[in-house]
Amino acid sequence: MTDLTEAMSISPSVPEPGVVARSTPRVTLADSPSKHPPETGPTGEAVFDVRNLSVRYGDNVAVAGVSMEIHKNEITALIGPSGCGKSTVLRCFNRMNDIIEIARIEGSISYHGVDLYGKSVDAVEVRRRIGMVFQKPNPFPKSIYDNVAFGPKIAGFSGDMDDVVRDALERAALWDEVKDRLKTSAYALSGGQQQRLCIARAIATNPDVLLMDEPASALDPIATLRIEDLMQDLKHDYTIVIVTHNMQQAARVSDRTAFFNIRVDDQGQRTGYLVEYAGTGTIFTNPNQQATEDYITGRFG
Amino acid sequence: MVVSAPTTTEIVAQHLAGKRVPIGSIVFRAALLMALLTSLLILVTLLTSITAGAVPTFQERGLDFITSPLSLDPATAGVWSGIVGSAGIAALVTVIAFPLGIGTAVYLEEYASRGRLTNLLRTNVRNLASVPSIVYGLLGLAIFVRVVNLIGLSGTSSGRNILAAGVTMAVLVLPIVIITTSEALRAVPQTIREAGFGVGATKWEVIRHQVIPSAAPGILTGAVLAIARAFGETAPLLVIGVATGFFAAAADATFVERVTGSYTALPVVILSWSKQNDVQFADTLAPAAIVVLLAMLLTANAAAIIIRNRFDRNQQ
Ligand SMILES: Nc1ncnc2c1ncn2[C@@H]1O[C@H](COP(=O)(O)OP(=O)(O)OP(=O)(O)O)[C@@H](O)[C@H]1O
Ligand SMILES: [Mg+2]
Repeated sequence: MTDLTEAMSISPSVPEPGVVARSTPRVTLADSPSKHPPETGPTGEAVFDVRNLSVRYGDNVAVAGVSMEIHKNEITALIGPSGCGKSTVLRCFNRMNDIIEIARIEGSISYHGVDLYGKSVDAVEVRRRIGMVFQKPNPFPKSIYDNVAFGPKIAGFSGDMDDVVRDALERAALWDEVKDRLKTSAYALSGGQQQRLCIARAIATNPDVLLMDEPASALDPIATLRIEDLMQDLKHDYTIVIVTHNMQQAARVSDRTAFFNIRVDDQGQRTGYLVEYAGTGTIFTNPNQQATEDYITGRFG
Repeated sequence: MVVSAPTTTEIVAQHLAGKRVPIGSIVFRAALLMALLTSLLILVTLLTSITAGAVPTFQERGLDFITSPLSLDPATAGVWSGIVGSAGIAALVTVIAFPLGIGTAVYLEEYASRGRLTNLLRTNVRNLASVPSIVYGLLGLAIFVRVVNLIGLSGTSSGRNILAAGVTMAVLVLPIVIITTSEALRAVPQTIREAGFGVGATKWEVIRHQVIPSAAPGILTGAVLAIARAFGETAPLLVIGVATGFFAAAADATFVERVTGSYTALPVVILSWSKQNDVQFADTLAPAAIVVLLAMLLTANAAAIIIRNRFDRNQQ
């Protein structure tokens, strides 16, 4: 259905062939004919439009009243103190919160204009297009090769899997380190290598958006820089949303930055909220809010 | 005379030097060793006394002892009927209890919402595992023997056949399979499930390709326990009417006739031989039958370990 050449011709941002080709998806995301919808406007097209988003875990409102747009082929950083709901918001973008039984979502998120939480939308199809790298490296207890191949395999990919695996590992800057031991366990890799493997696994399905939750928190400065370089490369093909605790990292890699903070009410309930969202330059040099300035200059709390 | 002040090295050496004779630790270690030796001694005694009894039988009869049917004559009696019965029961347990038990556990752990009902179910499965096996025998007699009769598979045994026995044993080991599988599934880290969903797998794909393979070693351990239990249990078989004495299927009996006819199992053979008037049964034949039973158990264990290692090799 989504023919390779057709997709290429309408979307200049589709990455190299080889990884793109795949069989017909089982269910198509409503109103979204291609995984990489054509650019309709000038750069700055919104991939996500978040409107008044609130997430509850049971009775506890973790984050409330978030509205923001995520733009195509940009890196958007979510920063803020621990527990302010960065991971929670990030997990709303690919409906990862669906698998947490007590999580409830209010407000709306649209993805290329489609209501992500609409009735006809299948969360599985959403996650095929919106990949995720988690806060802690979580490879499958399988071989390096199988880790990368799992996503394309279940998506019904029928081309040359070796090429897909190699391409993904190369783009995650891991290929040279593992090319001679693809069949060995992913658990034998170092923490930083595991995290890059998880990135390779996420891009092997050739998603439209990549969500990264502190992808460098377990890495040394050199590996961190490699991941940041990688993100700059990936940005041409993907839209990236990253959560980070590292201010320099946010300043270095992101185009836009959203600062979240925590509000404590009379009952002691802690709720995260979006303080300020703007271009990274503005946030770091000329923030609108005092809280933002305090946080980024380390005078927080 | 001036005594030079001790150097830092000397002071530290003094502090670090062992001061106590670790009596407590020596005593404790000795006690642990004693416990180990005692258990070993018991096991070795048991095994030697059994093998001592069994060796003459195997020397005189060789394979003939394995392949001969039951007989009232100790010189020709063999364990073949028992082997066939036990293997048949194990096969029925495998095809009934494993799919049912593993399926139940997967549903309880992965699909059922964590509510009061699920907890109640879980607690009751645990309770079932501790019900004495004789109770399952009564259940088998009351239900499965009758059902076998009703559906016309009673053969010449009026329903007291291997079908009823296998189903009863399957029900008996079902709680073990459910509990061990549940525990194995619960030990699979949530992060693996998240990783699976994260690349766009459906719930079933996550369970099938990630969760169950991760839990497979634990599930197989449960399977071994269940098979061992099914091989060893005697009481429920006695209740549902296993043949304890001599019987023989006609030499030209068909498969159906054999399956629906009288049967026996190895532990029952051992029991009945140890009660025979002719002491040769108890002294030499019963130990030999025990060795055969142990050999079958070890084979089942080894098979499970091989499968488990294969999973482990793929995983770690
Ligand atoms: N699965 C869950 N069940 C219940 N509460 C949760 C769950 N996940 C997160 N929370 C709560 O939601 C709030 C926000 O958590 P979240 O993980 O989004 O914070 P975060 O900003 O990512 O923090 P960190 O920087 O420490 O990772 C916290 O108070 C947390 O306790
Ligand atoms: Mg977080």
